[in-house]
Amino acid sequence: MIRLDKRPQPSRLWAAVTPLVAVVLTMLAGGALFAFLGKNPVEAIRTIFWDPVFGEFAWYYRGQLLVKAGPLILIAIGLSLGFRAGIWNIGAEGQYIVGAICGAGVGLAFYPAEGWYIFPLMVIAGALGGFVWAMIPAILKTRFNTNEILVSLLLVYVAEQLLASMSLGLLRNPEGAGFPGSRNLKQYEAASNPELFAGTGMHWGVVAAFLAVILAYVLLNRHMLGFQIRLTGQSPRAARFAGVRPNLLIVVCLGASGALAGLAGLFEVSGPAGQISIDFNSGYGFTAIIVAFLGRLHPVGILLAGLLLALTFIGGEAAQANMQLPASAIQAFQGMLLFFLLAVDVLANYRFRLKKREAA
Amino acid sequence: MNEVLLSVEGLTKAYPGVVANDAVSFQIAPGEVHALLGENGAGKSTLVKMIYGLVRPDAGRMTFGGAAFEPTTPHAARAAGVAMVFQHFSLFEALNVAENVALGMESPPPQRQLARRIRQVSETYGLPLDPDRLVGDLSAGERQRVEIIRCLLQDPKLLIMDEPTSVLTPQEVGILFETLRKLQAEGTAILYISHKLEEIKTLCDGATILRLGKVVGECNPREESARSMAEMMVGQELHTPSREAKEPGEVVLDLAALSVASSNPFGTSLRNVHLEVRSGEILGVGGVAGNGQDEMLAALSGETSAPPDAIKLCGQDIGHLGPNARRRLGLLAAPEERLGHAAAPDMSLTENALLTGAIREQLTGGGFLHWPKARDFAGRIIEAFDVRTPGPENAARSLSGGNLQKFVIGREILQRPACLVVNQPTWGVDASAAAAIRQALMDLAAEGAAVVVISQDLDELMEISDRFAALNEGRLSAPRPAQGLTVEEIGMMLGGAHDMEVAHVEA
Amino acid sequence: MDLSAINPAVLIASLMVAATPILLAALGELVVEKSGVLNLGVEGMMITGAVCGYAVAVSTGSPALGFVGAALGGALMSMVFGILTQYFMSNQVATGLALTLFGLGLSALIGQGYLQLRPPPVGEVNFGPLADIPALGTIFFQHDAMVYLSLALVGAVWAFLKFSRWGLILRAVGESHDAAHALGYKVIHVRLMAIAFGGACAGLGGAYLSLIRVPQWTEGMTAGAGWIALAIVVFASWKPVWILVGAYLFGGITVLQLNLQAAGAMFPLAAIGWILVGLGLIDALVQHFSGKNPSILRIVFDICLVALGIFGTWWVHGTLVPFKIEYLSMSPYLITILVLVIMSSGRGRAALSAPAALGKPFHASS
Repeated sequence: MIRLDKRPQPSRLWAAVTPLVAVVLTMLAGGALFAFLGKNPVEAIRTIFWDPVFGEFAWYYRGQLLVKAGPLILIAIGLSLGFRAGIWNIGAEGQYIVGAICGAGVGLAFYPAEGWYIFPLMVIAGALGGFVWAMIPAILKTRFNTNEILVSLLLVYVAEQLLASMSLGLLRNPEGAGFPGSRNLKQYEAASNPELFAGTGMHWGVVAAFLAVILAYVLLNRHMLGFQIRLTGQSPRAARFAGVRPNLLIVVCLGASGALAGLAGLFEVSGPAGQISIDFNSGYGFTAIIVAFLGRLHPVGILLAGLLLALTFIGGEAAQANMQLPASAIQAFQGMLLFFLLAVDVLANYRFRLKKREAA
Repeated sequence: MNEVLLSVEGLTKAYPGVVANDAVSFQIAPGEVHALLGENGAGKSTLVKMIYGLVRPDAGRMTFGGAAFEPTTPHAARAAGVAMVFQHFSLFEALNVAENVALGMESPPPQRQLARRIRQVSETYGLPLDPDRLVGDLSAGERQRVEIIRCLLQDPKLLIMDEPTSVLTPQEVGILFETLRKLQAEGTAILYISHKLEEIKTLCDGATILRLGKVVGECNPREESARSMAEMMVGQELHTPSREAKEPGEVVLDLAALSVASSNPFGTSLRNVHLEVRSGEILGVGGVAGNGQDEMLAALSGETSAPPDAIKLCGQDIGHLGPNARRRLGLLAAPEERLGHAAAPDMSLTENALLTGAIREQLTGGGFLHWPKARDFAGRIIEAFDVRTPGPENAARSLSGGNLQKFVIGREILQRPACLVVNQPTWGVDASAAAAIRQALMDLAAEGAAVVVISQDLDELMEISDRFAALNEGRLSAPRPAQGLTVEEIGMMLGGAHDMEVAHVEA
Repeated sequence: MDLSAINPAVLIASLMVAATPILLAALGELVVEKSGVLNLGVEGMMITGAVCGYAVAVSTGSPALGFVGAALGGALMSMVFGILTQYFMSNQVATGLALTLFGLGLSALIGQGYLQLRPPPVGEVNFGPLADIPALGTIFFQHDAMVYLSLALVGAVWAFLKFSRWGLILRAVGESHDAAHALGYKVIHVRLMAIAFGGACAGLGGAYLSLIRVPQWTEGMTAGAGWIALAIVVFASWKPVWILVGAYLFGGITVLQLNLQAAGAMFPLAAIGWILVGLGLIDALVQHFSGKNPSILRIVFDICLVALGIFGTWWVHGTLVPFKIEYLSMSPYLITILVLVIMSSGRGRAALSAPAALGKPFHASS
């Protein structure tokens, strides 16, 4: 019989190793899944994980890596603050959308004026949009004790409808021959978020993501607020005893994650996506949840996890093109990754012990 | 005593790092009240869990009523005729009495019939109880009745009682003992677990004494002195705390008509509490569990807020202030629950030092943490209070109860409080750590701090308090000098008859 | 606009159909939460059930087998959650989210080969002449078997929790797993069974969408129904009969907004003004009856609200604008949020009736 014994303290070694174990297990299980779909598992795994970085077309894919990882990291950093404190914002997708709408809206309002101040204003508007959208669950939670998980999630569907309404109505390109979708911001220099160094995929959103990683690291390890966030997550009663104001923390954590998700939306709409359209959002807000957990809610871990998940996106697209692997396979693959991570996480806190039943 | 009901031979159970029971053997006859005596951590609970089928022994054997007895589940134990009254954790607050009773029975009758039987049994044994009430609304004594009736409905041959009196007033203890004697007369054997020697002397026919998992003696408690049993139980000369009486100084803490609603739906709200604590004195607050102790600590620590003038510290209104503002002014607190309230289990001792010490020890600057200073503070606590741990980077949950409690109390004392409030400072702590903690509290008072000790251990309160008050259903009795209080008087205070004869004490 | 085209009896009958998927899923989640487990993966189990039921029904030609397959699929998914949270002690919130994300991906993968197909039709239960009673017949006697099954299930769950011994044990486990364990009940087994039941119910709910309500398979077709089911459990304060009320209320809103969309209804702008007036008055009344000292700022705010509302009503008096489809589509989600707020603000009422051990991990440490 196997039994679990709680470790006297969490194992640091296992905490660092478990994400790797989870990735390896996911590759094995994913390979089995691909084999089941009638694809060559080794080739599929190689196409997803190896070719984008080292393969023939790596020069193209490497740039894409940062483009995809930027928003994932930015959103996941924000989510990780809340998750650490036991505040579950799972509506980042909605905050991402609203951030993009607000940011693009400000930019389009200036069209066709030129000026250095337009893009900074859009950045502020994007962050503010995400912040306000996240404040809805935050205020309902603090004022009425309403479950923030459900509210933030339900607001995603509201935001999606809002996005549809905007791309069909208010923000529709007046010169777009009636097609849904806004003007393309890439063609409006003052409001665009271009690639900073050709071929790298580096844009302002990626810069913001790196900055967020550094700031989050400092916050969590060196600042009282970060300490309070960690304390609240581990032991809410001890946090109250230590003088933490839970409501303030809810507002701060939800607000920060909303603002970062809004920023991610703004950088996406003004850069890689270019315009507000009905299918603008592509699930970054949900994948970022996996990124946050895979990175063990640690800023550096999130950086690495964001790159890895970006790799699965790009590799998934490549596998879709080269091997006719269905797009949804990657989504299932990412979900599986989170499962395996949660399963092996038990090793960090518990020890497996083999126990023989003695013959009585 | 030739007849044997339960016989335990060489029972052994080891957990990682500790042998909870090491070849324990003893016997109980039908109709015998047998005491299992030992300090916290002596292995009593593990032993009875094995008898009740909750834990499987690593080695050894048991017989019950002559047959081999190897219960693998509590169901099996109950089927054989073993019933157990737990100290904690076996009632469901949101369910009613009858449902709670039904859950403890193998094949309960329909609810209506069960309710009738509950009324009947509760009257027979003098334990009145309404089957339709929610358990969450019952007092600690009434809850224990639910447990006892649950057991009695199954006509057990052996009744195990784990520290049954720790939640009762002296008067309620009397009622319980009558019930137990009635059962004994009917031939039910009782295994009585306690560390209270006087109780065991009055109630029990035989006793097995455990220390660190081993049987260290058997005796007939009626023939032994309390002292000789205590020596067997503790196994070492105890350092009894000592302090010099001192004139109390200025009023430090002043509660005036403090009423606070409990944040827990099944908790007890504080009602109109008046209190003055002076510099240099220790005020003991007694009371049976669940009479507002947690709420009182929360109200004083600042976790729940009150009208500004309901709480005064050195003349300043502080009722509305949060925990950190109160710490800044010198009012510190140490709650009962070590893991998860006073300390965060998974955090290191350094981080736990930071938890309350950040303000008075200036461990932060401009919101940023000074880790070296925090580590240094944790180190000072560890050294000054003899906390046994490899170092301040270890997680709080890796410490034993006594060591963590020393750390928690030491953390507050080292911050030089003007007033310190502690709840259950020695609950579940080994004897030597308990003595050290009591001594530290008395030294703190001797240096001029005002100290409030909330505790359910009356012996402890009598030993260290200058004055004594009791909490009953959220009301606090008028404090009286601890010296010269009799057990009857304390019992009255705990039971809520506060103002009966203050005059006679003054005399 | 032609609102008279909306026939009340048909409306009620179709709200029952619209509500059934959510009713089933919420009922399952109620049992899960009563055992002290919070499974946020309802959406994932529903969509898995939708695709499994659809695939089985299309392959075998039997809707009944489809529903069996959906229940099995949902239960199987829930067991992943069950094993992770109960044996591996993973965080229930995170695992539930993972279940949803995984379910959405997996279902899309399974559903690949089934796009553009039509499932075998599901007939109405034949009540003979009863079905011809005007209005009543339409409302009560012209449904498919699943509608009646879901109603029977509400009664069954209610009776199970209230009267049966197993129901008592389930509630006990959800109130305090430590106490239940001390009494010898197998906490983990009880919870696993509850989780499997919840998964099966969610699966049935999903299949109802893909086989009857829509009936077709499209990726992500549950569109948040699982989350709404979770909200309805809170709305119902963990009481089975109230699950029915909540689900039908929600079904009503959905059907109504669809009807409004179809009818091209016009929206009187003045209504916004009246809503502002109403909010201001309600808030003022709440202030008045709360017994606390009303804050000046809030009263000024209320007065402004009422004034703005009256002014606005006058300003846009008589103006009609067409409802935008997107805003109508938002309404079910917004109303769910509103209901959640009302339920949780009633002085912790929702918190009081929630199972005490909800979401807490259990590890037998004896």
